[in-house]
Amino acid sequence: MYYKFDVVIVGSGGAGLMAAMQLPQASVAVLTKLYPTRSHTGAAQGGVAAALGNREEDHWKWHMYDTVKGGDYLVDQPAAEILAREAIDAVYELEHRGLPFNRTEDGRIDQRRFGGHTRNFGEAPVRRSCYAADRTGHMILQTMYQNAIKNQVRFFNEYLVLDLLINDGQACGVVALEIRTGEIHTFHAKAVLFATGGYGRAWRVTSNAFACMGDGMSIAYRRGIPLEDMEMYQFHPTGIYKVGVLLSEAARGEGAKLLNGKGQYFMERYMPTLKDLAPRDIVSRCIVQEIKEGRGVDGEDYVLLDVRHLGAQKIAEKLPDITDFARNYLGVEPITEPVPIQPTAHYAMGGIPTDIDARVVIDKHWTPFPGFYAAGEVACVSVHGANRLGTNSLVDLIVFGRRAGKHMAKFITETNYAPLPSEPDGFARELVEHLSRSTGRESAARIRSALQNEMDDKVFVERSESSLRHALDTIEGLQDAYKKVELQDKGKLFNTEMVEALELGFLLDCAEATIHGALARTESRGAHYRLDYPRRDDVNWLKHTLAYKGTKAHDVRLDYKDVILINDPLFQPKERKY
Amino acid sequence: MNVLMRIKRYNPEVNTKPYWAEYRVEVEPIDRLLDALNVIKWTQDGTLTYRRSCAHGVCGSDAMRINGRNRLACKVLMRDVGNKVTIEPMLGFPVIKDLVVDMEQFFEKYKLVKPYLITYDNEPTTERLQSQRQRARFDEGTKCILCGACTGSCPSIWGNPDWVGPASIVNAHRFIFDSRDQGAAERLAILSQRDGVWRCRTIFNCADACPRNIPVTDLIEQVKRAIVYNDTEEV
Repeated sequence: MYYKFDVVIVGSGGAGLMAAMQLPQASVAVLTKLYPTRSHTGAAQGGVAAALGNREEDHWKWHMYDTVKGGDYLVDQPAAEILAREAIDAVYELEHRGLPFNRTEDGRIDQRRFGGHTRNFGEAPVRRSCYAADRTGHMILQTMYQNAIKNQVRFFNEYLVLDLLINDGQACGVVALEIRTGEIHTFHAKAVLFATGGYGRAWRVTSNAFACMGDGMSIAYRRGIPLEDMEMYQFHPTGIYKVGVLLSEAARGEGAKLLNGKGQYFMERYMPTLKDLAPRDIVSRCIVQEIKEGRGVDGEDYVLLDVRHLGAQKIAEKLPDITDFARNYLGVEPITEPVPIQPTAHYAMGGIPTDIDARVVIDKHWTPFPGFYAAGEVACVSVHGANRLGTNSLVDLIVFGRRAGKHMAKFITETNYAPLPSEPDGFARELVEHLSRSTGRESAARIRSALQNEMDDKVFVERSESSLRHALDTIEGLQDAYKKVELQDKGKLFNTEMVEALELGFLLDCAEATIHGALARTESRGAHYRLDYPRRDDVNWLKHTLAYKGTKAHDVRLDYKDVILINDPLFQPKERKY
Repeated sequence: MNVLMRIKRYNPEVNTKPYWAEYRVEVEPIDRLLDALNVIKWTQDGTLTYRRSCAHGVCGSDAMRINGRNRLACKVLMRDVGNKVTIEPMLGFPVIKDLVVDMEQFFEKYKLVKPYLITYDNEPTTERLQSQRQRARFDEGTKCILCGACTGSCPSIWGNPDWVGPASIVNAHRFIFDSRDQGAAERLAILSQRDGVWRCRTIFNCADACPRNIPVTDLIEQVKRAIVYNDTEEV
């Protein structure tokens, strides 16, 4: 089929739906490979930061400072200013659209503490996270979907996007596989927004959904668009041991503490001011350090999260879901026992490079790619730099999803449809047909599992030249094997084996860009910690990586782009202490 | 542990009618049922078809009938099902393939009850005020993940697929009792019609099926009382 819309939005999480809300006058299609309410935004727990000051004094500039410092100064500072300033209005917009925030005694939006968010430029923790119990992402997703119903947004559910259409340097649509029928459809558009989320499934232990396979990043990468700062990947400190499901940082925001195998609350030893509320990259490294020094629990590779002292009532009121996870998946009762946890693959700070209007920019000169937008985890604005603060992902979605929508609303009135390239669905058809007819006897599941194990072993909280070289060798072998993947399901109807195999192709691209960026960056910054280069190096590395896919297999070209600083001594890079 | 999985399968591209397939899997007792399905799909039979995404009970993709009860496959542990388990698609929905059911009508019925905040006043420049007590009044319904487990467990739906069903009523309740909302009368008018709340026979299957522990039947009763007494303030 051929469809024509002013705007095509790929992905129906927080960023995609927030953008759709800004386009009441346009014809808009939202494509999702799931149902909208299944998007991974719904798994976000703890909250959305905004300096409302409902609980105590707070200012957007403090939020901006924390974001820049939390990102270990790899943050583009004008973007961080927009994030912190516009968060306030965006949170009010969510409330007006019906989001059921928890409330203070005087009926305002309640706020709580979260890692790395401080008062007065690092003095002490501040209550900045606006929340709805420990299901804030779920409530954002539900609220935005409800508003999309109200605004009669057109959804294409269970459509897997496979290609971005480009004509003469301008985006003009996408090609998608309708999962239910196996048909391939062409969507012609003036503007395309990718809001497809991250690629946490590249690791074995992850908080991410099965759907988080790096679709949008890979599709852009294959079309010559670079991926920015992919080596900056966040490992959340408190995933349930071996399972990866998160125990929200909100638990530590409410007072929970990390406990090692010797019964010591160890964070105060590393970070005397913020302790357990230090940023995630630091806490994850401290956990790894405790384990390396033999203070894991019973010699195993995990430590404990202790919420016992919060009391049953507070736990039930403010942390109901995560305590349920501990009971369900570990059989541990958090009210009486500390919960086994380990760092878990969680969030891509990097992604498709964009400017502050979510326009995709394709080189170090910030050249925009007309008609192509990206927002949310798939994008790199860059507000998170080398390490994202807790609650800033939801802020990113609503602030930059909204800006994408507003910019597209203007763009489509000034632009005509670029004609489709000849045989627009040719590339996507070949992807699908290659898998249908392949007799190579290789298993997609085997490749995926090998990739995940390698990433957990070699591209984790700590990396080194040798671990990354090993990973690169492995991934290149898996990429070659991928060409021989054969399916058992040869049908067209709801072929999820086909979907999984296509997604695996996306995931391998993301892993490739991640490893190349990590290998080249010979310093330690934020989430990227090199055992062989343990210090940050601002002279050589205060810059963003841009990874371009080469024309030959395994060929990746790296380029670099300056970090944008503002002219304010407060925001100049300095050593990060908490 | 070694488990025998009996799965009701049907692929209209190749089968004329549904049939039972059996698989043996080796799993850990704390593995999820979803993990066991993945073992089959990834190592034995790639054609086995089901939906899944978050794998920890918050996205609502993998509702299915497990040993006769609607559950999320990612919230059921293997140690709790024993050495033999029977898995079917949810009842009350058309089957597309194997465990995948058609959710379109379910979402159409959800849209029918106007599941969004309705207000007629101008918005304030900051947030609307709401007391903690007012907020708590509709808390239960906000947990709904639209998985369909309640609706697919309801004998009234099996008998009458046009009925609006428990999930829609839960989501109507979430707005009817929200102090900020001004659309209660519109929703109650919809729910007082033939295919509204009165087809509920208070069987409680829905409350048993809900993976989010929402007291579904109780919320439906509250909506019934709101219609009868025209009162949406307090229970």
